[in-house]
Amino acid sequence: MMMTLWDTTVSTLGDLLPILAILLFFQQAVLRKPLKNKKNVALGSFYVLLGLSFFLVGLDKAIFPLGELMAKQLTTPEFLGLSDLNHVQWHDFMWVYVFALSIGFSTAMAEPSLIAVSRKAEQISGGTISALGLRVAAALGVSIGVTVGCYRIVTGSPLWIYIVVIYVLVIIQTFMSPKQIIPLAYDSGGVTTSTVTVPLLAALGIGLASSIPGRSPIMDGFGLIAFACACPIIGVLSYAQLSQFIAKRRS
Amino acid sequence: MKKTLLTALRPLLDATRDLAPIVAVILFFQVLVLQQPFPNVTDTISGLILIIFGLALFVRGLDMALFPWGEGLAHAFARKGNIFWLLVFAFLLGFGTTIAEPALIAIASKASQIAAEGGMIENNLEAMQQYASGLRYTVAFSVGCAILLGVLRIILGWPLHWCIMTGYVLVIAMTAIAPKEIIGIAYDSGGVTTSTITVPLVTALGVGLAASLSGRNPMLDGFGLIAFASLLPVLFVMMYGIWIVSL
Repeated sequence: MMMTLWDTTVSTLGDLLPILAILLFFQQAVLRKPLKNKKNVALGSFYVLLGLSFFLVGLDKAIFPLGELMAKQLTTPEFLGLSDLNHVQWHDFMWVYVFALSIGFSTAMAEPSLIAVSRKAEQISGGTISALGLRVAAALGVSIGVTVGCYRIVTGSPLWIYIVVIYVLVIIQTFMSPKQIIPLAYDSGGVTTSTVTVPLLAALGIGLASSIPGRSPIMDGFGLIAFACACPIIGVLSYAQLSQFIAKRRS
Repeated sequence: MKKTLLTALRPLLDATRDLAPIVAVILFFQVLVLQQPFPNVTDTISGLILIIFGLALFVRGLDMALFPWGEGLAHAFARKGNIFWLLVFAFLLGFGTTIAEPALIAIASKASQIAAEGGMIENNLEAMQQYASGLRYTVAFSVGCAILLGVLRIILGWPLHWCIMTGYVLVIAMTAIAPKEIIGIAYDSGGVTTSTITVPLVTALGVGLAASLSGRNPMLDGFGLIAFASLLPVLFVMMYGIWIVSL
């Protein structure tokens, strides 16, 4: 384990040096101002290097195996109560969908950047949008998205059809939603999935695609992250429309 | 003293909170639904501890060094009014933050394993590393372009939804000609890029820029940079896929 940690640290160093070089270049050559707090910058960069390496090794040891383990166990014939997986139907995998719903909802609700964004939205809207309501809407978007994504892997249908449908929905909703919420809604897709959730979703998808007969990890395994990012936009826009509708009826 | 202890512990608590829902859901399923014992308990627990300490250190380091520095630069460039340097800075900010994005590093190396097993690239360490860093540099380059375009949009005042819709149409058109093996990872790469480092720095640039231009609403114009950054990687990774397969 010490060896992997060391190797990861060395390759991470190679990733971080260019960023420091870019920042230094701008500070010295373009802005021509001396850098303040040199000591903090040096120590902080060292923390970033160590932290990133620990994190990457930890993902490999815990999150990736856990995601694949869950996918494997939830699709074994014994667990499903079937003799083999050859004549399996999409609805046999009920627990996979329940797992996807729970993971999507709970991780999004706990996501700090989503909390920050929804508070901001409450301010902009002058109170017509509640922060909690927006969080629930985005989290529902993520959980439904991940579940539909799992359904797609189970059935092996092409990813682009789903994405086109989602895009069309987003476009229709864009024209019907209050204007000031639109940039926030588009950004909400990016902030609902944290650094820990993304690798877990990848592992879950790859695990599902490799244990369900007829699916291949390379064709079907990816895409869950895309669902988790696109669907909260729909959730947030729907919630904004709903709040606007309720506010209009009241007045 | 109490305050410094709190600032030191804060990132640890935050990292634990990030992990808690995942661990809770998995525990629930493993114990109550699947009723299976956990394999490799020591590996899993040591891995989780590494993740918590790693994320905490990483965030603490960002707060100490890169965030104040990057935000200071972003504000300085937004105010300076030199569009050329502002655009160069925007590109490099997007590129640099994405190269170091932890989720992207993890996903790219996973994708290279899958691609090697699936026969898309040669199954050896060198080809895998090449594919993984190819993916990462493609995504970083596209996020750089996205931030550059997003900054141009704020300056010129283009409406966000028209830009996004054009992007959607391009993505769909590109899907039709891209190799099937790349499509999944391409769509996923849009979501991978926008987490720990990129979001706060890029938002600082956008909001600072919109605040320093007259007649712009920082809320309306400052957001929306992230939306560009999750769209362009999809396009560029598909192009990368076309290029890889044609080799």
